Amino acid sequence: MFGRLTWDSIQTHDPFLFMATIGMPIVVIALVIVLAYFKKWGYLWREWFTTVDHKKIGFMYIILGMMMMLRGFVDAIMMRAQQSIAEGANHGYLTADHFSQIFSAHGTIMIIFAAMPIFIGLMNIAVPLQIGARDVAFPALNSVSFWLTVSASLLVMVSLSIGDFSTAGWTGIAPYFEKQYSPGSGVDYWTWALQLSGVGTTLTGINFFVTIIKMRAPGLKLMRMPLFTWTALTTNALIVLSFPALTVALLLLTLDRYLGMNFFTNLLGGNVMLYNNIFWMWGHPEVYIVILPAFGIFSEVVATFSRKQIFGYHSLVYATAVIMILSFTVWLHHFFTMGNSVDVNIAFGIATMLIAIPTGVKVFDWLFTMYRGRINFSTPMYWLVAFLVMFVVGGMTGVLMAIPPIDYLVHNTVFLVAHFHNMLIPGALFGYFAGLIYWFPKIFGFKLDERWGKISFWGWAIGFPTAFFPLYVLGFMGMPRRMYHYDNPTWQPLLIVAAIGTAIIAGAFVAMAIQAYVSVKNRKKNADLTGDPWNGRTLEWSIPSPPPVYNFAVIPTVEGRDSFWTEKEKGTAYKRPEKYSDIHVPKNVPYGVWIGIAAFFFGFAMIWYMWWLAILGLIGAITTVIIAANNDENEYVISAEEVKKIEDAHYERLAAAGGKQHE
Amino acid sequence: MNNEANLHLAAEAHQSENKLFGFWIYLMSDLIIFAVLFATFATMATSFAGGPGPKQLFNLPYLFIETMFLLISSWTYGLSMINLQNQKKNAVLSLLAVTFLLGLGFVVMEVTEFHQLILDGNGPDRSSFLSSFFTLVGTHGLHVSFGLLWMAVLMVQVATKGLTAGVRSRLMRLSLFWHFLDVIWVGVFTFVYLLGMV
Amino acid sequence: MRKKSFGRFFKSIGLPLAVFLFSSCQGGSLFDPKGPIGSQEKSLILITFALMLIVAIPVFAMVIWFSVRYRESNKKATYKPEWEGSLKIETVIWLVPVAIIAVLSYLTWVKTIDLDPYKPIASTERPLHVEVVSLDWNWLFIYPDENIASINKLVIPEGRPVTFDLTSATVMTSFFIPQLGSQIYAMAGMTTHLNLEADATGTFLGENMEYSGSGYASMHFDTVSLPQDQFASWVQTAKASPSRMTLTQFNQLNTPTLNYPVTTYSSVDPGLFNHIVHSFDSEMPMPQAMPADMTTSTKK
Repeated sequence: MFGRLTWDSIQTHDPFLFMATIGMPIVVIALVIVLAYFKKWGYLWREWFTTVDHKKIGFMYIILGMMMMLRGFVDAIMMRAQQSIAEGANHGYLTADHFSQIFSAHGTIMIIFAAMPIFIGLMNIAVPLQIGARDVAFPALNSVSFWLTVSASLLVMVSLSIGDFSTAGWTGIAPYFEKQYSPGSGVDYWTWALQLSGVGTTLTGINFFVTIIKMRAPGLKLMRMPLFTWTALTTNALIVLSFPALTVALLLLTLDRYLGMNFFTNLLGGNVMLYNNIFWMWGHPEVYIVILPAFGIFSEVVATFSRKQIFGYHSLVYATAVIMILSFTVWLHHFFTMGNSVDVNIAFGIATMLIAIPTGVKVFDWLFTMYRGRINFSTPMYWLVAFLVMFVVGGMTGVLMAIPPIDYLVHNTVFLVAHFHNMLIPGALFGYFAGLIYWFPKIFGFKLDERWGKISFWGWAIGFPTAFFPLYVLGFMGMPRRMYHYDNPTWQPLLIVAAIGTAIIAGAFVAMAIQAYVSVKNRKKNADLTGDPWNGRTLEWSIPSPPPVYNFAVIPTVEGRDSFWTEKEKGTAYKRPEKYSDIHVPKNVPYGVWIGIAAFFFGFAMIWYMWWLAILGLIGAITTVIIAANNDENEYVISAEEVKKIEDAHYERLAAAGGKQHE
Repeated sequence: MNNEANLHLAAEAHQSENKLFGFWIYLMSDLIIFAVLFATFATMATSFAGGPGPKQLFNLPYLFIETMFLLISSWTYGLSMINLQNQKKNAVLSLLAVTFLLGLGFVVMEVTEFHQLILDGNGPDRSSFLSSFFTLVGTHGLHVSFGLLWMAVLMVQVATKGLTAGVRSRLMRLSLFWHFLDVIWVGVFTFVYLLGMV
Repeated sequence: MRKKSFGRFFKSIGLPLAVFLFSSCQGGSLFDPKGPIGSQEKSLILITFALMLIVAIPVFAMVIWFSVRYRESNKKATYKPEWEGSLKIETVIWLVPVAIIAVLSYLTWVKTIDLDPYKPIASTERPLHVEVVSLDWNWLFIYPDENIASINKLVIPEGRPVTFDLTSATVMTSFFIPQLGSQIYAMAGMTTHLNLEADATGTFLGENMEYSGSGYASMHFDTVSLPQDQFASWVQTAKASPSRMTLTQFNQLNTPTLNYPVTTYSSVDPGLFNHIVHSFDSEMPMPQAMPADMTTSTKK
């Protein structure tokens, strides 16, 4: 009945996991009760869970990403704490096995369940608005993608209490993750969580690719698209092209573990390096999947806050495209030390370095956008400046590792750890933060608090180098990554510095929470009445904040780049249309939630060998798809009068704000 | 009001066009899944680990009949789509039924082949070669099975809803899917079976 | 005010950066190489780093200059909101990175060939041949020509190249002696190669760089580089050891064990290394123990 799930699977022996085992259900139950008490379940179900509105789905993605990031950050604190004390006779407070689960969970969560949801959330919010669309191409599919990501995240969280998580790192280590060496449930949690979220992400990729190609407002030619939309387009192309490789890598591993096949085993002809090849065919593009959207955000931010057109629009577009293509040609640099032939290593080393060219061009384009601008240093601009400086350091260390003989030295040392955090934190995360602050007023109608935003910024700007630059040094001192304990007293001081850096970053998170609280408290004071709080340049700022469910009362016609800015310059912005028409809006549907629930039970059942439940979950998901396919009544109409009423209210607010927003 | 209705129709056509485009993108993504599986098979094509190879395992005449089932089913699906253009509901339905039976025949033959291999002790756990063979061919077979399920659902829709715009657009997408699987099978037949026997 | 906060900002970045550059050039082991491979790789790092500063330093300078000069409150600065490009600037910002990457590509080409781990090191001395077997979680070193073996301690002669053949009896590991240079993976059923040389005597840290299970962190060993005469006498001492590395002995060793005490063996079963490599092609899996609980399997 319960497969291999027994009472012993529930974590009670380790104090930390025990706390999670007890704590998580209590929090969940408390939440259920509180929401029921305030009669909020109906509201949540109607307005949020079943929504197909891209703005709401985007916001839910961001909440999910932030929650998972917090979990991943707790993992980080635990690792830094362990490594700062576990030298020589002191073995720290974590066992080797628990430490391995933590670093595996940390990587998996940060990439798949924090970074991906946050940028997909931002994409959901901004892309349809930037291209003048009323929604994405497939709104119901969007909801399915989201709930699949939720169920996959839940699987990762459940692994805290029931069974273990993988100890084989976020990338998986062949053949260590085979059943012979890792017989527990951990690797299966990792596989199924990644597989489910991968399906959701692929659907997102298809959805947004079609949205951007097919649903742009009239006149919005490709070379007029805002740069964030450009990077979203390339990212989604990367998703569609690279995620299948992950799907196959995980599928083959699953077949090895469940049916005794021999893809990545040591025995019967298995090939461990095949795994590395397939995995990194996805894994390297994945890095650009999370970084490119951040590049797009920086392009928007730098132009908006420098009050100036972006410098080298064409260069930036071509650079993005070149990065997209090159990202498929470099995967082998993840295992230069495998004993490849010299020619192979040279080819992949040079291909890797080539990526530095378009990336360098981008950095200069952003810099020359600031040149001869009137830079308004709001918080998003702070993130940009910090990014520019730190990203260059990360880029330099990346070029170092692209040279095979140098990689022979620093491969799998903490130098590598420092390098990819240096790319992903300033490169991706700082961009997401800038994007969150930038688009927050658009969805909520008020700005985030600047003071606490800047305090949080300084926490990161100081905490990040303090936490990671020591790792570069330690890498040069030959310290391997993933050590729960070491016998080398010279490493310890730097690891303590790194731990202090993590504590500073923790402070930055606290400041961010305070920022959210203060912002909500002062929402009247920081209200955005015009819909254009930053003196923006692109279409999303031409509509009210928060936008009505249909986004654009009349689909705009675009005459050039930065069309809203041009209209404001010409004085033709905010012109009222002669008449409004009825608008067809997609209806809310529960299919996403149903499929998410079915997928969760399917995944959980597969992990614990409860075949009957797995079959039920699969049938549930398929049945939902069939029901959805039979439903042709998926739209409702907002009448022209209703639209006029909503728009009139906006123009009244606009008149009341009276242009005092921008002098 | 007439104008409004026209707008709505245009929007619907637009939506169905988006779906078709989206489905193409999905197929490209699926194609990469098969490409990686083919690459895996190529890597493991001689990893017999002391076990049997293609010459001992495959029965070409049997496979030829299996292949014919799928190829003819593609043709009957095409005929069905021609009748769809002419709004002949019953012809569409009966041709879909023929397609369904041919597809089912293909799946049954494949399952029988797999079953026999496993009975002979040549299951997917025997060697990497067999692992990659079962996975590549099985993934294709799974796709065909899903196609059959989809076809069954659409047959019910044609029967109950008639040839509405929604049903027509779904039939178009299944058509793409069905021909896509045909193309993949030609690849499987060539690379896995024929080249293996040479 | 703004100026000041940026100063603070750069102190926060610049200071750790300086510490980083300084200390890594001092006592860090990669920057204290004890052999020709390590030395060449070290200077490659420094050359590459210097080349990249050609781009990095202007970027840092421009960030500071543009941020201060074109801040909103400075109304004296030129403001050109419509300026969107300049062929001259764009040519430069494409060509400079292209030029630097071209130089680095050339360097990569030459140095990757030069420092190929499989390439024997040119020397008047005949290389020492060592076979390395990675276990859960120990290292076995076989000296086929001397017909001796050693666990968790690698002894090599100073000034004489060493040719390693590596394999794994379990999962994948990566063999690395930071001060001597390059690392390479050890994989079951396969043999990889590595050529290193120590040009000084001393004891250097040897490590496994690829996570291999719960005993991974303890999988380090001493590499002892001895003058050639002392190396010869170490070989003689090993030859007198009562233990022999037989297949039976090896199979006992090949179970999850932490910190197996350093042991030398006076003889090795002929072809043991090849046997280990080929044990994975056979139809029947070699008996492998499941990872046991760490505390109970630790042998004192």
